[in-house]
Amino acid sequence: MTTASLHRDAPPPRPATGPATAGRALLAQTLEEIRMTLEQGERLLLTFVIPILGLVLFSEVPIVATGGVPRVDFYAPSVLALAVLSTAMVNLGIATGFERSWGVLKRLGSTPLRASTLLTAKLAAVLAVEAVQVVVLGGIAAGLGWRPHAAAAAGLAAGLLGTAAFAGLGFLMAGTLRAEATLALANALYVVLLGISGMMFPLAKLGTFAAVARLLPSTALAVALHHLAGTGTAAPLESWVVLAAWAVATPVVAARSFRFS
Amino acid sequence: MPAIDVEDLTVRFGTTLAVDRVTFSAHAGEILCLLGPNGAGKTTTVETVEGYRRPAGGTVRVLGLDPVADRLALTARLGVMLQGGGTYPQMTPERALRLFAAYYDAPRPPAELLGLLGLDHVARTPAKRLSGGERQRLSLALALVGRPEVVFLDEPTAGVDPAGRIAVRRVLDDLRHAGVCVLLTTHELDEAERLADRLVIVDRGKVVAAGTPTDLVTTGDEIRFAAPAGIDCAGLGAALAATVTETSPGEYRADTPATPAAVARLTAWLAQHDLPLADLRAGRLRLEDVFLRLVAHEDQPT
Repeated sequence: MTTASLHRDAPPPRPATGPATAGRALLAQTLEEIRMTLEQGERLLLTFVIPILGLVLFSEVPIVATGGVPRVDFYAPSVLALAVLSTAMVNLGIATGFERSWGVLKRLGSTPLRASTLLTAKLAAVLAVEAVQVVVLGGIAAGLGWRPHAAAAAGLAAGLLGTAAFAGLGFLMAGTLRAEATLALANALYVVLLGISGMMFPLAKLGTFAAVARLLPSTALAVALHHLAGTGTAAPLESWVVLAAWAVATPVVAARSFRFS
Repeated sequence: MPAIDVEDLTVRFGTTLAVDRVTFSAHAGEILCLLGPNGAGKTTTVETVEGYRRPAGGTVRVLGLDPVADRLALTARLGVMLQGGGTYPQMTPERALRLFAAYYDAPRPPAELLGLLGLDHVARTPAKRLSGGERQRLSLALALVGRPEVVFLDEPTAGVDPAGRIAVRRVLDDLRHAGVCVLLTTHELDEAERLADRLVIVDRGKVVAAGTPTDLVTTGDEIRFAAPAGIDCAGLGAALAATVTETSPGEYRADTPATPAAVARLTAWLAQHDLPLADLRAGRLRLEDVFLRLVAHEDQPT
């Protein structure tokens, strides 16, 4: 950074500047993305408050029969899946949609911050918030008696695939719809997917609709985590295939359709 | 080499011709203003020069580079202020400036820019709670973080209070002295006249006039004056040996070279008819007159 120190004391605008190193811009943007996520109450509601309340309530009170599995072993993986859904799709989609409608994305396009750096920063922030969610929700679940099984690595892989699939959906909405429409749709999907993806109650209760629900990325993630983090068994191949397919498809479609302004 | 060189620029939206063979250039240390009514194609022109749009025809060069093809090489050297801001509403000016500073290797310190634009007192107020003028100044500050060589300002004084206008003018003076090339747009005549070294007047996508404010307002072939409405134009015209028109009630134009003798004949005739002379401009028009004459259709700027 010798150039920076040379220019710092120079008189007003003049000396020609260049872009910052990619690492410096990425770090600053990532920290801001994390901060913007954590400082907004309505975002914390979806990422922390609802999952925590759901975890405690459904684990402690026998509201739903969990098919022989201890309740906390069912709901701990459920809220981890919900955490991915809330951060990667709802938060990311709504935030990006509003940045687009405010003209922030357009304006960033005229700075040396590259679109790829912005994208990386947003995904890094999603992963950072998810890590906090895993620690907080996992800690509370452990306090309620959940003991994570040794399949942590596979669970992590399922989480990453789910993150890719839902981030793709978030970007797809943000890059094509009006911000208000993204807000409404992302929140509606949060509620609907929470209900029909085997997170609130076992898939078996859905009857014949379960076959359709199994094709959803949220269901595939929840089922995979129920096996890996709940009962300590291998996740069914079907879940991996569905997750992987969504993880490839939604980012590709989002990248092709995204409009910056 | 001009810092901005635009030749025969044409931009189309579908079948609509938004910008029609526009040509202009601006040099380092020069403030060039695109002036025109709303919808004249100013923003489209500027956004094409910034590299947001690909022209349908003509060439655009900024610092010798193609703003679309060489965008990555250019962004660090340009400062862009879009119409309507484009700032994170929850971010304070201090935080936004610090974030933008991280995009450049030798940025101007945020504190310096806050002071320069009079934003010290709101440095820690989220942008959404700033006044319109403060938000505009924040947007301008963000355009200057990277010590740009070329600065684009789209309607920089729209919604800015008088104190803010003075701050903007001071910033533009500093940029001129530092050898920065500034391209700004406005639909406000007096701002254009005050801020710019050269004006390019555009209307319906075409350049209708260009030159320094002095070039554009100096004319030797008419006298304008104000007097009571309804005076005898024919009689006065006979005295001046020229056509006299009442352009609006109480405002007159005499199509005669603005010589001292002509002015003397005009005042003598008014005195003889015991008429007061309210205003007299000989050999110099208000920019507004030039503008209205060039841009003669209904949707006038207000």
